[in-house]
Amino acid sequence: MALELVFQIEGGDFSNAGKASSQIKKVLKQLNIDTRIIKRVVVAVYEAEVNVAAHAHRGQVKALFGETEVEVVVTDQGPGIENIEQAMQPGYSTASKEVREMGFGAGMGLSNIAKNTDNLHIESEVGKGTILTFRCNYS
Amino acid sequence: MKVSDLVEKYGLKVFAGQESLGKEISGGYVSDLLSDVMGHAKENEVWITLQTHQNVMAIASLKDLAAVILVKGLEPDDDTLARSREEGIPLLGTNRGTFEMAGVLFNELKSS
Ligand SMILES: Nc1ncnc2c1ncn2[C@@H]1O[C@H](COP(=O)(O)OP(=O)(O)OP(=O)(O)O)[C@@H](O)[C@H]1O
Ligand SMILES: [Mg+2]
Repeated sequence: MALELVFQIEGGDFSNAGKASSQIKKVLKQLNIDTRIIKRVVVAVYEAEVNVAAHAHRGQVKALFGETEVEVVVTDQGPGIENIEQAMQPGYSTASKEVREMGFGAGMGLSNIAKNTDNLHIESEVGKGTILTFRCNYS
Repeated sequence: MKVSDLVEKYGLKVFAGQESLGKEISGGYVSDLLSDVMGHAKENEVWITLQTHQNVMAIASLKDLAAVILVKGLEPDDDTLARSREEGIPLLGTNRGTFEMAGVLFNELKSS
């Protein structure tokens, strides 16, 4: 049976960023997944979590551990992304001054996600929110 | 070189994570941009930074880093300390600037 984990994230709450990626890392370890794959998943989930905290009002991370891959869906209510292609460009960021001072806002998150996943899909509606879906194959 | 060797030889302050000083250092990474570290740092590297908030320890743990060194005499936030203890990753400090600390580590690793 496939295992599913769900985590809630509040906008602006950076203290909880990393909870989902940390739990998902533990599960993948227990499933004896190749550490190289675990490292990729962890980078992608962390960046997605931080993007909800940094850019949206609230959201959730859902991880579905299948037989051959893990699927992660990150849904948020927030401003949405007007131009996804532009947002994917390394270096592009609309992060606030406060967020930048923490060292976030380099504009590297989405490209980190793209680099570390097989199958990234982003759907977004301006003024409503964003749905980010990606998979990582276990092998 | 072990983290404990670096601490002793260069008088680094151990803020937390004392029990995990036995890890072997594989390299170093210098950056204050968290996504840069997330994307590029490697397991068992030492991360040199001036960021003092708890997300630093979250990243250090997710990336299985050997230790974090705060430069310029900076002190960690309380929740950063707590996170270092929880995750069992040493949080170290030095009065050196980033350039000097990185140089020290680089030379050590090159000669070992
Ligand atoms: N969930 C989201 N909701 C709204 N906008 C987003 C969301 N995720 C990303 N964006 C937009 O895309 C831009 C680029 O995102 P990306 O993660 O690559 O960089 P960043 O978050 O700005 O900085 P970094 O990830 O390096 O800390 C963001 O600055 C923001 O404008
Ligand atoms: Mg980001």
